[in-house]
Amino acid sequence: MPLWLEVLIKSVILLFVVVTSFAYAMLAERKILGWMQLRPGPNRVGPWGLLQPAADAAKLMLKEDLTPETADPLLYKLAPFISLLTAFSVYAIIPFGASASGQTWAIGNVNAGILLILAIGSLGVYGICLGGWASGSKYPLLGSVRSTAQMISYELAMSLSFVGVLILAGTTSLDGIVNAQARWWFVLPQFVGCMIYVITAVAETNRAPFDLVEAETELVAGFHTEYSGLRFGLFFIAEYVNMLTVSCIATLLFFGGWNAPLHLTFIPGVAWFVIKVACFMFFYMWLRATLPRLRYDRLMAFGWKILLPLATLNLVVTAIVVAYTG
Amino acid sequence: MASRKHLYNPGAILKGLSITFGFMFRKRPTIPYPSLKKQHSPRFHGLHELRRYADGKERCIGCELCSSVCPANAITVIGAENSPDDRRSPGERYAARYEIDELRCIFCGMCEEACPTDAIVLTPRFEMADYRRGSFIYDKDRLLVPPDAGVGMPPDDRPGGIPGDLGRVAEIKSTTDVDTGYSATWRGEILKTQHEGLAILKKPEAQE
Repeated sequence: MPLWLEVLIKSVILLFVVVTSFAYAMLAERKILGWMQLRPGPNRVGPWGLLQPAADAAKLMLKEDLTPETADPLLYKLAPFISLLTAFSVYAIIPFGASASGQTWAIGNVNAGILLILAIGSLGVYGICLGGWASGSKYPLLGSVRSTAQMISYELAMSLSFVGVLILAGTTSLDGIVNAQARWWFVLPQFVGCMIYVITAVAETNRAPFDLVEAETELVAGFHTEYSGLRFGLFFIAEYVNMLTVSCIATLLFFGGWNAPLHLTFIPGVAWFVIKVACFMFFYMWLRATLPRLRYDRLMAFGWKILLPLATLNLVVTAIVVAYTG
Repeated sequence: MASRKHLYNPGAILKGLSITFGFMFRKRPTIPYPSLKKQHSPRFHGLHELRRYADGKERCIGCELCSSVCPANAITVIGAENSPDDRRSPGERYAARYEIDELRCIFCGMCEEACPTDAIVLTPRFEMADYRRGSFIYDKDRLLVPPDAGVGMPPDDRPGGIPGDLGRVAEIKSTTDVDTGYSATWRGEILKTQHEGLAILKKPEAQE
């Protein structure tokens, strides 16, 4: 099989899997939020509301696609695609499991995978930033300015929390990091790093309690105030796909990837991967149901004055320990 | 400092998380409305109904007290004299026209209290949504119960000629609803569905 055909088939399958998981992650979020607020959640379309994503998709496609008069038409139309493209392209290098012979299940196996993920993840801010700016109205602009500041400041602590893992694993390739966790998951030696990653990941994906980018009490809907119909839907997909991405990365870096815990190897590795990612997704929804939004200055203070020094300290301590013991 | 304590206290965050997690498994009070209806009190102030006596005569004597007491000016009554060969009500007069604009009505129940013959009562029915404004003006055709759905003895047949069932509206409403029940009208139906709904609600696994 030629390489391009193999990559194409893998991409189509993966795209289908990711979009389906997005649809049901959204439904699961609405259900779980409902249960935590003593509501049943969507339950009208299909059994237990299982066809709700299809109904939502049809609704969004049929809505009018508005462009404000003051908007920059090209950037305004391009921005959702930038968001979506960067969100999806990360999946080209995320490994989901390994066969018995050690072959990794991924579209591409990059030896600097973690760096590439960081690089692509940083591009994601462009979609939000450009979308907010090109809307030509003030709430989206404020939202996108916030997003830029927030994502840049939390990305620092996030990258530093990766470095501790890289020092322990001695490699930047994602399957190398997973294989290094065959005995111990890195959440144990890197507990602080893991906590920092989880917090910054919430901020990176603009989720509650760090969803100041779309704080509806202050900014109507933040960067996507002016977007409607399918283009709004694209931002929406990008947000959830980003959630899935950071859950995948947390699983790969700190929770052993597809390694089975307690030698429960009768469940295949891919299933373990999915279970771990699902737990993270649940955690995000749980956080959203629990915590109120932070005030903006406190968000920045928390990122720069607490998380960044803590991540640096964690990195230094890890480096010293590894230098003396390893 | 107080803000710092709340913001950076992981114990408080964990406590909050445990509370929301616990709520996931609580019983949800939602009643899935169109398929299951909440039981209202029999004295609930809903859509009006013009009643009859057991012999089929209209209770309304066209006195217009309801119309004059109505704070929203929602009721229009035009009375007429009963003719000896076609008696609509036991008294001298009856309501030739009786219209209630349910869009103006505030469902306060003053008409019910003012009525000397307990002719106009508010029922527990509340689902009146419609697409046309005109359809909210309820005339006699829609307000009056069917001829076989009357209750109570007309004053002419009563010893001492006591007019009406004065001051006993609530009692009559509850007894007529539950025991005799207007099986021919929607009123009996709604109460029946309410009782069934209540029975379903009492089963613990019925709620999703």
